[in-house]
Amino acid sequence: MKKGDSIAFFVLIFLIILLPVLSGSTYTLTVGIFSGINALVAIGLCILMGYAGQVSLGQAGFYGIGAYVSSVLSLHIGLPIVISTIFAMIVAAIAAVILSVPALRLKGHYLAVATLGFGEIIYIILNEWGPGGPSGFGDIPHFSLLGYTVDSTTGYFYLIWGLVAAVMFFSINLIHSRTGRALRAIHESELACNAMGLNVVALKIKVFILSAVYASLAGSLYAHYVTFISPSSFSLFYSILVLMMVIVGGITNLWGAIIGAVVITVLPELLRRFEELDVLVYGLILTLSLMFFKKGLVPILIEKIKKLRGFAVAKH
Amino acid sequence: MLTVFLQFLFSGLTVGAVYALVGIGFNITYNATSIINLAQGEFVVIGGLMMWFFSESLKLPFLVSVAFTIVTAGIVGLFMERLTIKPLKNPDLLLMIMITIAVSIVLRGLLMLSFGKNPYVYPSFTEGEPVSIYGAIIQQQTLWVIGITGFCIIVLFFFFKKTITGKAMLACAVNPTAAQLVGINVSKMVMVSFVLSAIVGAIGGIAITPISLMEYDKGPMLAVKGFCAAIMGGLGSNRGAVLGGFLIGILESMTAGYIHSGLKDAVALIILLLILFFKPAGIFVSKTMLQLRKF
Repeated sequence: MKKGDSIAFFVLIFLIILLPVLSGSTYTLTVGIFSGINALVAIGLCILMGYAGQVSLGQAGFYGIGAYVSSVLSLHIGLPIVISTIFAMIVAAIAAVILSVPALRLKGHYLAVATLGFGEIIYIILNEWGPGGPSGFGDIPHFSLLGYTVDSTTGYFYLIWGLVAAVMFFSINLIHSRTGRALRAIHESELACNAMGLNVVALKIKVFILSAVYASLAGSLYAHYVTFISPSSFSLFYSILVLMMVIVGGITNLWGAIIGAVVITVLPELLRRFEELDVLVYGLILTLSLMFFKKGLVPILIEKIKKLRGFAVAKH
Repeated sequence: MLTVFLQFLFSGLTVGAVYALVGIGFNITYNATSIINLAQGEFVVIGGLMMWFFSESLKLPFLVSVAFTIVTAGIVGLFMERLTIKPLKNPDLLLMIMITIAVSIVLRGLLMLSFGKNPYVYPSFTEGEPVSIYGAIIQQQTLWVIGITGFCIIVLFFFFKKTITGKAMLACAVNPTAAQLVGINVSKMVMVSFVLSAIVGAIGGIAITPISLMEYDKGPMLAVKGFCAAIMGGLGSNRGAVLGGFLIGILESMTAGYIHSGLKDAVALIILLLILFFKPAGIFVSKTMLQLRKF
């Protein structure tokens, strides 16, 4: 890990431990939990887009697979939640392979629309054949591990953000590994990678699977936290929302995914006071931030810090 | 048998016509700028709702309302391009697409504020008995929708093939730098493309509202379907978008009628995926053309 990443990582852990202590309000923690769930999906998409250069508008599909498979297995078959969550991740991974083999030959708009089509098909399947149809179903058991059931808001906050930290740790190490360098190379020039003997297609499929698995994990956590799910949470709008998180946070930096997820999750909550105007204000903020902070929040922040440091050095 | 089939066919052609218009709208902006304007669906909603406002609320005569609605949509397209697309110099294409999504949220917010969440409807353009073909009942408005779509297609065809402005826009699509060098005002062409696509979308909205009603949040679904239509026929090709639009519309209504209404969206999407996987360039664009495209 680089120095900047280590510092950011310690800040993250510090904040995770401190937030429930400082603010005991259930509301704050609930918003925090949803930010964490979204962050998991966003990290996956950030690796896929920022590092492997592949667009996906179908993350909601994998998110939905995670939620539905895990809920059905634990509710109707009675599998332990950890097993059902892992099983859901495997199903999402298989779906990712099936989709990515033909889809990753496509580029740009075409890849975007193929993944969008996939997400919508999953959504329609959930609507038509999912338990409860369009109205969904409830009574999904809470998350439990080795006989200990997580049912408090604080418990879920630590569980979900603990997983975000773990996923982040793994992902940062991944992008600084040989595989990560290969991914960035694909982003620069596929042709050159092929010429150097990299198996570009296999790598892309692997990253696609990784992003699907992250999204599936987030979906399972969502289902076992809320204990009620319906297809509407897994529509195209969720995919677009995740894309928005990654872009607002900064596509070239993995930390951007977390910041973007928090910002986009918290923003509608802050806008509640505008009542009827909230959609309009939300849209305006998004438009302006996309126009004026093109690179995303985190890369801009890093530039600012570097500039400040430059000042400090110059003064001495 | 035949009666039912024809009934489904005509309802498919009606929705398909609107998908085709949205698809053409996508093509117009894509051809001039390589941008996919995902606010395209909102233009259709603006068309339907503003038409209601002018004709039902202000009680203006029919043609005046149509003219005002088209002008309003054009102005919205103009402002969208000048305020959000033009200020960006050399932006990333993905960022542009996200901005159009953000603008569509703004437009949706404005529409919700001014019209609320209720669906709106106004009477068909002509009153009279529905037409009967082999026992299938076809509302007159259906014929209007199909006729207006056909008219738009013909006008756009002549615009792009015969007028200097149209040809200049196509030139921008092929090579913006070269277009600039021969004295085409690329920036102006981009602006015209947004206005034109807004107008085409609004015309679709004006025509379809008496049949399918219009509400503020119909935009995104229309955009997805129209985008599918454009991709199916090959992005950039207008006759492809028309064929794609009608194909999706007919498939949807056939699936809804013969198999199961909930599956109508799935079938169109599955066909779309198959086309993408086996003939990614679409029906009408050749592979060589696709490779020339930068995105």
